[in-house]
Amino acid sequence: MASSLRELRQRRKSVASTQKITRAMELIAASRIIKAHRAAEQGEPFITELIRAVSAVATYSNDEHPLTSSPEKVRRVAMLVITSDRGMNGAYSANAIKTATRLRERLEREGVEVVRYAVGRKAIAYMNFRAQPIRRHWEGFSDSPTFAHAQEIADALIADFMTPYDDGGVDAIYGIYTRMESMLTQTPRARRLLPLEIVEGVHEPGEGEILPLYEFEPDPETVLDALLPMYVRSRVWFYLLQSAASQLASQQRAMKSATDNAKQLIERLTREANQARQAEITQEISEIVGGASALADAAAQD
Amino acid sequence: MAEGDVLFVDVVAADRRVWEGEALSVIVRTMEGDIGILPNHEPVLAVLVPSAAEVLTRDGKREVIAVDGGFIAVSDNRVSVLSQYARLAHEISLNEAEHELREAQKLRNEGDNSDATRQHHDRAVAQLAAAKKADSA
Repeated sequence: MASSLRELRQRRKSVASTQKITRAMELIAASRIIKAHRAAEQGEPFITELIRAVSAVATYSNDEHPLTSSPEKVRRVAMLVITSDRGMNGAYSANAIKTATRLRERLEREGVEVVRYAVGRKAIAYMNFRAQPIRRHWEGFSDSPTFAHAQEIADALIADFMTPYDDGGVDAIYGIYTRMESMLTQTPRARRLLPLEIVEGVHEPGEGEILPLYEFEPDPETVLDALLPMYVRSRVWFYLLQSAASQLASQQRAMKSATDNAKQLIERLTREANQARQAEITQEISEIVGGASALADAAAQD
Repeated sequence: MAEGDVLFVDVVAADRRVWEGEALSVIVRTMEGDIGILPNHEPVLAVLVPSAAEVLTRDGKREVIAVDGGFIAVSDNRVSVLSQYARLAHEISLNEAEHELREAQKLRNEGDNSDATRQHHDRAVAQLAAAKKADSA
């Protein structure tokens, strides 16, 4: 009995220290998510304005440009998967990877080769474990990305996009990220980055409305050349920001439920320990009483 | 120009919206030189060079904004200036900008032609231009 009481107390202690850790992580995530969420929100005007401009060029210029024209047959695509560097995020990384797997299976059924680009240690570990080749990977900034990171990733993607197919280039780029819908919902999404998927934010011209004919300076070609890297960078930047905010949100939720579970466990263990202690005391008392009455009996017989 | 026509200007950097409001005119420097935008300007999409953009606001104030490139889109009296990096002139310290420019130029002279250095250089040039422009007013 004594040993089990000690065991119970030991377990309670260890659960309590785990609870302290998860509680701390929950608080950390909660404080950082505000910042990440704000960053994600502040990054939004840039991407919306950029999409407007890109759509305008794409819609109103007939120039053949890699940004807007898709090849006749897509043979190889780049798949950028954004996950977290560390665990303790609930199903955050797993969901993103699942979405990526679905996309890859769909593409491979269509006979398209998929080249992997991974962001975050979770995706890298997942692919390495399954011996799936990764062309490029980045890690170490999943919860606080900067624009420089986005630029690095985007430039690598653009370089491959511009490379001819025969030299290992890709015909399209897909990005998988987790969109921060709210503090409670984050949904993984797969989106095509390039060639452009027209058209968000530009409304169809109504009856009698005149299409604005853009004047390009110096010329459409140059404008598109300047737009392309900016567009991809800001898209990747947007994905990173959204993913970072989602990661923190799902971490906070996961850690909160871990803390709650720990609390329940502690309650149960405390109760069991008290019971064990009480049982021990009762046993001791009954032993003393038994011993005393035996002594009294012996004395009476004398 | 009809009375009451104004431009709705949006200056957006990658990490935030830098300035937004109504304006009477906007002056930016494109690859081909300075361009001034007044209300009812024809739709334009132009590539910018690192420089200082100037916005004459509706209440007659002048806003100078450093941009490190990017572009300007005009249509329907809506002007968007998009740049990876943009700062309002009064947020800029002249000394710091000069210091940064010297650093970047030094790196360049040493043969460092990386994107990061070029970006640094562009930003410093833009900040300097904006700081000077703001002072000259």
